[in-house]
Amino acid sequence: MKIIVGHMVPGMPWMSDGTLTPLQDSAVWQFRLPRILLAALTGAALALAGALLQAVVHNSLAEPYILGVSAGAGVGAVSFIVLGVGVSSLGIGASAFVGALIATAAVYLLARKNGRIAPQRLILAGVALGSLFSAITSYLTISTDAQNVFSIMFFLLGSVSAATMQSLALPVVALVGVGIFTALRARALNALLVGDDAASSLGINVNRLRTTVLIAAALLTGAVVAVSGGIGFVGLIIPHIARIIVGSDHRRMLPVAVLSGAVFLTTCDLLARTLAAPSEIPLGVLTALVGAPFFLWLLRRDRADSVGGGR
Amino acid sequence: MKVTVDHLDAHRGGRRVIKDVCLEVPTGAVLGLIGPNGSGKSTLLRALCGIDTPSGGTVRYDGIPIASLGRRQLAQRVAFMTQEHNEEFDMPVLELVLLGRIPHGKGFGRDSDADIAHAQRALDQVGARHLAQRSFSALSGGERQRVLFARALTQDTPVLVLDEPTNHLDIAHQLELLDLIRATNRTVMIALHDLNLAARSCDEIAVLADGSLVSHGSPEDVLGTELIRRVFTVESTAVTHPATGQPHFLFDVRTPRDEPQQSNALTTTPKGLSTP
Repeated sequence: MKIIVGHMVPGMPWMSDGTLTPLQDSAVWQFRLPRILLAALTGAALALAGALLQAVVHNSLAEPYILGVSAGAGVGAVSFIVLGVGVSSLGIGASAFVGALIATAAVYLLARKNGRIAPQRLILAGVALGSLFSAITSYLTISTDAQNVFSIMFFLLGSVSAATMQSLALPVVALVGVGIFTALRARALNALLVGDDAASSLGINVNRLRTTVLIAAALLTGAVVAVSGGIGFVGLIIPHIARIIVGSDHRRMLPVAVLSGAVFLTTCDLLARTLAAPSEIPLGVLTALVGAPFFLWLLRRDRADSVGGGR
Repeated sequence: MKVTVDHLDAHRGGRRVIKDVCLEVPTGAVLGLIGPNGSGKSTLLRALCGIDTPSGGTVRYDGIPIASLGRRQLAQRVAFMTQEHNEEFDMPVLELVLLGRIPHGKGFGRDSDADIAHAQRALDQVGARHLAQRSFSALSGGERQRVLFARALTQDTPVLVLDEPTNHLDIAHQLELLDLIRATNRTVMIALHDLNLAARSCDEIAVLADGSLVSHGSPEDVLGTELIRRVFTVESTAVTHPATGQPHFLFDVRTPRDEPQQSNALTTTPKGLSTP
């Protein structure tokens, strides 16, 4: 804490009086702080992307990964590692981002018919392309040198441990940009939850809203996947929790989802770091360990509700 | 607000579903749209309220072609009552009704007191104020229709378009909803299946068969055993209602070449069958 304040505010005594070793200083400022910030940003961004996708495809089981975006990012990153000029994290990030964008564009074009985006087709295209990309990734992984396999697995399983202050820039820009963009459309998204016709009759250009929100969610996912790798289930669980807490009105639900996402992933990262110390559990593994049972519980609960609470 | 329809053509799935329909609905009138399943009622209504763009012809509200209006401007003039509901994302009734204020407000920020007052007035009007905090999914069919109608009222438009709003309702709720609709003093276009109900509740009747308008006028002028035989292929008997003195139709024998499904759909109130 002292160290963070010391970096922010010039002239704090403890920065120069020798009570802190340079090692402590760099451990916090260069490793811990960016790591925590990246975990928070990633959680917030994935939660927001998940909430947006669920609204535009009318399906509460949608999440960023269903679009095949993460699989596309995986192909990008793995290609870079395999063909690699060397293992630079910046290069991996950039190629993952490009892969994510290509995947999004492909899914988007496949899901389009007569100028309209059909939610069902979008999910199917995303799942199919996701499998294709995963297959390519797997092939690249087994056909490459053994030394590369570790970096590949590390990326695919997701981690925020490689965070630096520079690597935060892309997720910050994406989160702020998309955050403002969606805040202005929160009411329109509420109408979209009811249905396309209802939203149209309320004066909303449904197709344009769906397209722009989809692009926004893909950018957000691409930006964090490029930095943190494949972290699943955050985009699925957090919006549900937010809805349970404040209901489905996006004006309240989106901010809550963003905050809960940040808290959730920071906590997961803390556990990933400490549970099996000194070794580290990949973050993607931990979120899946928490996420999968939650998902199944949700499924059971929904069914119980529709039987018990039916009209 | 007067609605004028000129030579309207609409396609659905590559097929011409609405053929050269011309129609005029005076301000404040309730127009009942009747016709067999698949005759194009829904398609026509969707074109009338601008949800779908027609492939030919124009729809005018007080002389202004709706194609020249922005979506928001259009939503301030016409409300479309849909049966849509997504069970996955539940909402409290008041929130659902408040969606009707979207065309009048900004995209963000809290609902204003005026918006909430609008919504509560609409809920009062349909007798559903006590449902305001309930979850929509937990309502009965009759309550749902009333709430959806309240949302259409909250949109505060001079024109209302309703696609079979009496579906799934028992007879008491059907009559109640139609009386609510009549009492709004707006220009209403409504698709109905029950001919006697349409005759009782509408100022004008328009009959659609295979996408063409075959008759339009007052219920007394339009509805008759000959038209019912021709359009619905059902034999009927006209009697005078002993209490109201209005004509009333009894449906009895199918014409020989009739498909059983169609006449069933008419003699019993259809459930879940909607025109494509």
